[in-house]
Amino acid sequence: MGVKRWILPLLLLQILFGKFGIAELEQHTERISGSAGDVLEDDPVGRLKVFVYELPLKYNKKIVGRDPRCLNHMFAAEIFMHRFLLTSAVRTLNPEEADWFYTPVYTTCDLTPNGLPLPFKSPRVMRSAIQFISTNWPYWNRTEGADHFFLVPHDFGACFHYQEEKAIQRGILPLLKKATLVQTFGQENHVCLKEGSIIIPPYAPPQKMQAHMITPDTPRSIFVYFRGLFYDVGNDPEGGYYARGARASLWENFKNNPLFDISTEHPTTYYEDMQRAVFCLCPLGWAPWSPRLVEGVVFGCIPVIIADDIVLPFADAIPWEEIGVFVAEKDVPNLDTILTNIPIDVILRKQRLLANPSMKQAMLFPQPAQPGDAFHQILNGLARKLPHDKSIYLKPGERTLNWTAGPKGDLKPW
Amino acid sequence: MFHSHGTRRSNAAARSSASGGLEGGGVGSPAASSASEGSSFRPSASTFWLLLHGLCCLISLFLGFRFSRLIFVLLFSNTIYTYTTTTTTTITSTRTETLTVSFPLTHTPPIETAVKPNNSAIELSDKMSNQGSSHSQVVVGRHGIRIRPWPHPDPTEVMRAHRIIERVQQEQRKWYGVKSPRPLIVITPTYARTFQALHLTGLIHCLRNVPYPVTWIVVEAGGVTNETASLLARSRVQFLHIPFHEKMPVEWAERHLTENRMRLLGLRVIRERNMDGIVLFADDSNVHSLDLFDEIQKVQWMGSVSVGILAHSGGPDRTLLTEDEKLNPPIPVQGPACNSSGHLIGWHTFNSIPYSEKSATFVGESATVLPGKMEWSGFVFNARMIWKEAEEGRPEWVKDLDKIGENGEEIESPLALVNDASFVEPLGDCGKKVMLWWMRVEARADSKFPPGWIIDPPLEIVVSAKRTPWQESDDLAGSKLEQDDRRFTRPKSRSSSKRKNTLPGQDN
Repeated sequence: MGVKRWILPLLLLQILFGKFGIAELEQHTERISGSAGDVLEDDPVGRLKVFVYELPLKYNKKIVGRDPRCLNHMFAAEIFMHRFLLTSAVRTLNPEEADWFYTPVYTTCDLTPNGLPLPFKSPRVMRSAIQFISTNWPYWNRTEGADHFFLVPHDFGACFHYQEEKAIQRGILPLLKKATLVQTFGQENHVCLKEGSIIIPPYAPPQKMQAHMITPDTPRSIFVYFRGLFYDVGNDPEGGYYARGARASLWENFKNNPLFDISTEHPTTYYEDMQRAVFCLCPLGWAPWSPRLVEGVVFGCIPVIIADDIVLPFADAIPWEEIGVFVAEKDVPNLDTILTNIPIDVILRKQRLLANPSMKQAMLFPQPAQPGDAFHQILNGLARKLPHDKSIYLKPGERTLNWTAGPKGDLKPW
Repeated sequence: MFHSHGTRRSNAAARSSASGGLEGGGVGSPAASSASEGSSFRPSASTFWLLLHGLCCLISLFLGFRFSRLIFVLLFSNTIYTYTTTTTTTITSTRTETLTVSFPLTHTPPIETAVKPNNSAIELSDKMSNQGSSHSQVVVGRHGIRIRPWPHPDPTEVMRAHRIIERVQQEQRKWYGVKSPRPLIVITPTYARTFQALHLTGLIHCLRNVPYPVTWIVVEAGGVTNETASLLARSRVQFLHIPFHEKMPVEWAERHLTENRMRLLGLRVIRERNMDGIVLFADDSNVHSLDLFDEIQKVQWMGSVSVGILAHSGGPDRTLLTEDEKLNPPIPVQGPACNSSGHLIGWHTFNSIPYSEKSATFVGESATVLPGKMEWSGFVFNARMIWKEAEEGRPEWVKDLDKIGENGEEIESPLALVNDASFVEPLGDCGKKVMLWWMRVEARADSKFPPGWIIDPPLEIVVSAKRTPWQESDDLAGSKLEQDDRRFTRPKSRSSSKRKNTLPGQDN
């Protein structure tokens, strides 16, 4: 009886000291927990099974073979995801037990001489791939693609156009109406963002970034850093169109401000400079997303996101409001006031969150894959959508997809 | 993001830039209509717009300005309104290169632009009507570029930003820098002379930037003078001004010895007061890098860093290098030498042999000043090493300070403080990193300088500058000025000479 009286106080003491112990460890970095919980370090293996369709090589290998530049540009996630899934533990060779079906078709690999992808053939390629899988396997028709996922990393996702008005006009490819889309584009209430899509970061080459790391005790002496275009002289010489005028506004307001290190020159020390900056601007361009977010997170520079209504990667797993600073486009002229008025402990907390290695890992696509990286976050996101609702399985004779919808040009076979 | 989007798009469409804006307006409206109404747009309407567009392209090609947009807007502005129900296209066009639209800061309603009309500018603004939350709040199309009325930095904000940066760097040092930084004790021998202000100012500013607590012991030869005292008082560094009874001699060799004695005096002060920290010898004319102060925090008992020796006086008569010297050029660095496993095996010293004939003997002589065999500034040690009581941990290989110099022998280098030099720790990546430089630049010993570097009373001789903006100088200078001007710009000189003649009081 006497001993039992001491158990409770001892337990309490242990909890107290244990808490302090944990707090000590995490003063340097902080745990990331988004609205989905503490899920960045979840392991998807065992939580889902993915079946990879065997498509003829013309849909994937041959496309890359024709132009290996596709492996280095910011849309390379589609290729690397395929390679990752082929050797991953979540892959199953038995389609009957699969929760998700993956179609390895590279729609963003038709490059201009300058290296920019042309989306004009992409709808036909996608359509042709879907036709192939629907005729050779019964799983597409079973659910009309509701348990299939596709990677569409281009500017406006499955709208398959680089120009926003045309993309809106086209809308998401009708055949993909029910499938889950994994894309980089995310903007609220936008035609090209379907509900239930998984937003991923654009591909940034991990080795290149690793090669430019500097020691973390290098003092951060740049207040705000940005390198990129402010006016797209080729397409929008007067300004106002490109980036909805936000980048031009940045330039006009802050070109004389010594706190803002902004210019269009692309130096060789770009990555090193980001590691010496406190804030890195990530304004929208022609599309709201940009690889600067990934670079800022990897280099510990607080991202200042200037894109109204943007949906950031893995938004349910990463609490972006606590990590980055969001500035409305109309507030760009007051950016210096906004940034200097952020309380210092908030800034230090953001830096601690960014220093967390699981945060950096979640933004990268390393080869070979590592635990906690973007591939695993995609699988985590897919796993969180399970189990599928029973209603996705169509009754016999039930058809909702319109196979002849869309512009005439899309219906041509590829 | 897409830097060369332009080539692709212009190649694909082959449009002239004049009608680029038309495309924006024209595509905006049918796009908006299709977005709000459904998936397809009427094909007849599209061909009609296409034809009209082509016609306008041709006409504008001939006429060469943006009349196409003008006509389009004036004729069809009404129809645009009926199409656009949910999106707004704000079209502004100017002839100038930069579009500047200034918004008053208090203006909040969304996208109502106030455009300053320029030569052929058109104002067009629609009211936005949002129908339901299913449509995007963000609008596609041309937006104004917001510029605030005073786009310059605000000084309070700049100060706040600097404080943020300072705090961030402090945090960085806390996590990645030296874990428990020890205070520094800097010993500097100095004396009042012409170049003292130059050297001390540099050193003061360096010490001010050191992120660790600094106690500066300034030993002055010839007693405490007002010169030095005034410099130190303004320095904002915590200092101890110690007088040294001897005056600084004029010969370099003697000066080196006197400086050594002054440094020993500084060490004795540390010993008396039991000051704690890391002792560093900073000569007033040396140049230090801030990395040095971070590096020496690593010292346990006694450490050694590499010193770059900048001994050249700039004299043009350098003897030709021998063949051997050409292959291995003499590196002017004094510091520790290590073997491949990182252990100290010896010292690099400055090779003074090439200069031995023509080295300077007197301070202020224009010849090469040679350093000593081992410069004190290349050594740092833990202050506890020279404390009186043998504290726990004071190594046996350290001599007691009282016993040094009591026989009147000269202390050439700090190695005299230790019995066994092999215990000295090499710092700075085993001496590979040079973080301070030794330099001796002095004026002649009898050179005069204004006390405190304050000119009072004003100088006696006034020499007129050749090109003053005020045309008051003598004739010779004035006419020469005119001649020069005439060489460069004819009309200007004519007008300037005319001005000269008409100005009252000018007699040229």
